[in-house]
Amino acid sequence: MDLATLLFWIIAIVLVGSALLVVGLRNIVHSALALVVVFAMAAGIYILANAEFIAIVQILIYAGAVAVLILFALMLTRTNNLRTNSNPNNKQWWLGAIISTLVGAGIILAVTVSQYSTAHVGNAYGPYDPHSAVCQLPPNNVAYIGQLLYSPTCYSYVLPFEIASLVLLVAIIGAIVIGRED
Amino acid sequence: MLTLNHFLVLGAVLFCIGLYGALSKHNAIAVLMGIEIMLNAVNVTMVGFAFFNTARPWSTYLTGQIFAIFIITVAAAEAAVALAMIISIYRKRSTVDVSEINMMKW
Repeated sequence: MDLATLLFWIIAIVLVGSALLVVGLRNIVHSALALVVVFAMAAGIYILANAEFIAIVQILIYAGAVAVLILFALMLTRTNNLRTNSNPNNKQWWLGAIISTLVGAGIILAVTVSQYSTAHVGNAYGPYDPHSAVCQLPPNNVAYIGQLLYSPTCYSYVLPFEIASLVLLVAIIGAIVIGRED
Repeated sequence: MLTLNHFLVLGAVLFCIGLYGALSKHNAIAVLMGIEIMLNAVNVTMVGFAFFNTARPWSTYLTGQIFAIFIITVAAAEAAVALAMIISIYRKRSTVDVSEINMMKW
């Protein structure tokens, strides 16, 4: 077992354990704090998969912004029995457990042992020739993603990127309109 | 040695933990936390696919990471709007229990 696999297993065990704590803890503030651990460990998984930019964005947006937003919402919607059992299960929790177990078993079956599993997928394009590329390969992950998102000359995702900014604008205005006092 | 199945199985396990949290909680914010875990599971899967991508035209090489960026964007927008709705409902009804919020139920 090499170092990357060892790190993957450590991070994955902490990740799954803290995700179980998020759904299992009795105090919802503790659940929200375990959610921060989930986000940080997911960033570790991204670094292992050579996705440095996604890992940084994950720390900034999820572990920073979304976690603070959730904690603020918890503070603003304070229920009276925060200390005893503020994160109860509903009456159909066993149905949810059965459904999620079946969904997870189906996905794991599909990706590991079925005839459509990704272990059999080969390289359809043949070996890579860097001299045939229209654009020069960028030196690192962040430059690569920047070129994919913004490049005016090569193939890029500039139109979906602008639409994503529009989505964010609509979400900001919608959150202000929905959340204001009237 | 890391394989693609490591990432896919981890994503599947996280996804069904998040699905259980979203299906089985009374508090609307706990439901939202389950949905965030599900979105993170999809991101793990996407980044894993990008890591093991063997397609060599360079424009398609990192498509999974681009997907992950857009998923993070939409998840941030979704969290903002959903928490604003939860706070607005709490102001009117003094509860965030999803089984008591039944204005649209017939």
